[in-house]
Amino acid sequence: MAYVEAPVRAFAIITAFWGVVGFLVGVVIALQLAFPLLNLDLEWTTFGRLRPLHTSAVIFAFGGNALLGTSLFIVQRTCRARLFGGDDAGWFLFWGYQFVIVMAALGYVLGITQGKEYAEPEWYVDLWLTIVWVAYLVVFGGTLMKREEPHIYVANWFYLAFIITIAMLHIGNNISIPISLGSSASYSAPAGVQSAMIQWWYGHNAVGFFLTAGFLGMMYYFIPKQANRPVYSYRLSIVHFWTLIFLYIWAGPHHLHYTALPDWAQVLGMVFSVVLWMPSWGGMINGLMTLSGAWDKLRTNAALRFSVTAVGFYGMSTFEGPVMSIRAVNGLSHYTDWTIGHVHSGAMGWVGFITFGALYYLFPVLWRKKAVWSEKLIAWHFWLATLGIVFYITAMWVSGIMQGLMWRAYDELGFLQYSFVETVEAMHPYYVIRALGGVLYLSGALIMCFNLWKTVTSSEASEPEAAPSRAIAVAAE
Amino acid sequence: MPTKIEKDTLSGQETTGHEWDGLKELNTPLPKWWLWTFYATIVFGLVWMVIYPSLPFWRGTSGWIAREAIVEEVRAAEARHAPMMARLREATPAAIQADDEMRGFALAGGRIAFANNCAACHGAGGQGAVGGFPSLADDEWIWGGSLEEIQHTIRHGIRANESDEQRMSMMPRFGADGLLTSAQINDVAEHVLSLTGRATDTAAAGRGATIFAEQCASCHGERGEGNREFGAPRLNDQIWLYGEGRRAIASYIHNPRMGVMPSWQGRLDPAVVNMLTVYVQSLGRVN
Repeated sequence: MAYVEAPVRAFAIITAFWGVVGFLVGVVIALQLAFPLLNLDLEWTTFGRLRPLHTSAVIFAFGGNALLGTSLFIVQRTCRARLFGGDDAGWFLFWGYQFVIVMAALGYVLGITQGKEYAEPEWYVDLWLTIVWVAYLVVFGGTLMKREEPHIYVANWFYLAFIITIAMLHIGNNISIPISLGSSASYSAPAGVQSAMIQWWYGHNAVGFFLTAGFLGMMYYFIPKQANRPVYSYRLSIVHFWTLIFLYIWAGPHHLHYTALPDWAQVLGMVFSVVLWMPSWGGMINGLMTLSGAWDKLRTNAALRFSVTAVGFYGMSTFEGPVMSIRAVNGLSHYTDWTIGHVHSGAMGWVGFITFGALYYLFPVLWRKKAVWSEKLIAWHFWLATLGIVFYITAMWVSGIMQGLMWRAYDELGFLQYSFVETVEAMHPYYVIRALGGVLYLSGALIMCFNLWKTVTSSEASEPEAAPSRAIAVAAE
Repeated sequence: MPTKIEKDTLSGQETTGHEWDGLKELNTPLPKWWLWTFYATIVFGLVWMVIYPSLPFWRGTSGWIAREAIVEEVRAAEARHAPMMARLREATPAAIQADDEMRGFALAGGRIAFANNCAACHGAGGQGAVGGFPSLADDEWIWGGSLEEIQHTIRHGIRANESDEQRMSMMPRFGADGLLTSAQINDVAEHVLSLTGRATDTAAAGRGATIFAEQCASCHGERGEGNREFGAPRLNDQIWLYGEGRRAIASYIHNPRMGVMPSWQGRLDPAVVNMLTVYVQSLGRVN
C-alpha cells in the first residue's frame, strides 16, 4: 500500500506560495495605513478591498492549504490507511479549494462582498466551498473509517472537529438569498443583531476551530515527531480536547460587548471565554512538555524551534484572549489596534510558526531527502520572523492602548480631550513600525521558499522509507 | 497492533500502549495547577453569572443593565456641565468673551465641538482646504469675523436652504450661461491677477478691467477688496478658495461652485453654538 502523496506535495507548495502572497498584501495594507497615498486612488487597490484579500489569503489560503495538506498526510500515516478516494480525491480537494481562493480573491478586488468579516465571499463561492468541504469530510472521515490502527490518534480528533465545525459555521453564517441567478449579490437571511450574533458565532469559531483546533492537530503530530519524544499526557489531551470544543462555541458574543446584543448573551460570552483559558492552555502544556528530555534539540533543530515558539505564542494569545473578553478590558481594547496586535500574535506567531515548522518537516519527507537544504537559512528565517512579530505586536499594543486611552480622555472641565483625527496622528509612528515588522516576516518567508526549493532540487536523497516509519524511542528501562 | 505499555525512564511515566506512525503517548496525570486553575475559572464564571444577567430569564443579583449604566454616565457628565451650559446658553458671545470663566469653558468645549463637527471640512486646526473650505485661521472672514457675524453664520449656515436667515449670495455663471465669452473670461482672469501684481499680459488685463468694473465690482469692489455683506471674497490678496493661478480663476468665473455650509441651529445646543463662536474667532485674527 502506498500513501497518496502527490496532492499533499501540491498542498505543501501552494501553502508556501499563498503564505508569501498573504504576507505581501499584509505589508502593502500596513503601508497604506501609514501612507494613505499608497491606496493609489484606484478602487481595486484601496485598503477596503485589499484588507479582506490579506485576511483571506493568510487564513484560508495559507492556513487552509496547510491544514488540508497536513491532515491528508497525517491521517493516512496515523491510520496506516491509504486516503479514501485515492489520488483523485486528493486532487479534487486541491483544485477545488484553489478555485475557491481565486474566485474569492477576484471578488474582493472587484468589490464583490457580502460584508461579513472573514466570510466576505458571495453566495456562489460559498456554495462551491460547501461542496469542496463536504468532500473533504468524506475523504478524511472515510480514511478514518478504514484505518488499520485500533484507536484514532489525537491529531485526527482535532482535525475532525475542525472539519465538522467549519462546515456547520460556514453554512450557518452564509444563509442568504441571491438577488437573481445572474447576480453576484445576495440578501442575508438574518438581519440586525441576529445577523451580528451569527456572524460572531462564525467569526470567533473560525478562530477556534480553523486556527486553533486544526493547528493543534498539526502540533500533535509534528512536535512529537521533531522532538522524537512521546506526547506528554494522553489524559490531558482528552480533557482539553473536549473542554475546548465544548466551551469555544459559546464564546463569540465577546465580540459584541456594549452593543445591541442582549446583556445576558454578552455576559455568557465573556464567562465562557474566561473558562476557556485552561482548556486552551492544555494544548500548550502538551506541546511544550512533550519536549521534556529533548530540550537540547532546540539548539540543533531549527525547524523544531519554529514549532515550539509557535506553542509559546499560542499560550500568550490564548491568555490575552480571555483577558480581552472581560467587559471592562474590552471597553478599552475594542475597536483599537490592540485587537489587531492580538490577532497577529496568534496568526504570525502560532499559525505561521507551526506551519513553517511543519513545512520544514514535510518537504524532506515528501521529496525523499535526508534533510532541509540549509539549517542555517532556517535559523535566519526564524530570527527574522520572530523579530518581525515582536515589532508588530509591541507596536500594536502601544498604539492600541494609547488609542483606547485617548478616546476616553477628558480634560479637567469634562470635555473630551482628543478628536478622532488626533488619535490617528498619534498612531502614525506605530503604523510604520508595524509595517517594518511585516517586511521582516515576509523576508523570512521568502528565505523559506528559497530553502524549500533548494531542498527539492539539491538536497541529498534519503534511504527508501520503511513502512511504518521509524518508531519514536521511548527510553526503556 | 497489540497494546504494549512501556515505561519512560526520563519522566517515570508509562505510555498508553498505543502507537501511531511511531508516535506514542504518556499517561501523565493532569497537572494539578492546571486543574485547579480550571476549577477556579469555572467558579468565577458561575459567580459572575449569578451577579449579572446571564440567561434569558436571569437578570442577575446586581441589577446592572448596560443601557442604564451608560445613561447614568451620560447624565452625570451632563449634570456636571449643566450650570455652565445654562449660563452660556443665555449669554451673548461678547459677554462670554469678557468673562474669564465662561471664556475658558467655551474655548475648551468649543475645541472638541469643532473637532467633532467642523474639522471634516475646515481642518483640525481650522486651516481649511483648497476646493471651497475656507481657512478660519487667517484674517480673511468671507462673511465677517465679528462674534455676532460668526454666530449668525454658524446658526444659519450658508446656501444650505435650512434656515430663512441663511447666508445667501450667488455669483452668476458667466461662461456656462453665456454672459461672457471665453476670451472675455480670460481677460477678466488676467485683470484679477493684476490686482496682486501678477498679470503677465497687460493688454488683456486692461481689457479685463473694463469688464470687471461692469460685471464684478458691484460685489467684489472696484479694487477687488471684497464685500462681507454679500460674502464676496477679497480678490486682492493671496487667499484662493478654489486654487490659484489663471486657469483656476478663469474656470471659476466660467462656472462658480458656490460652497455650502449647513445650519447648526437645531443640530447643536445653543450653548455649543456660542462656544463654537468664541472658539472659531480665536483661531484667526479679527480685522
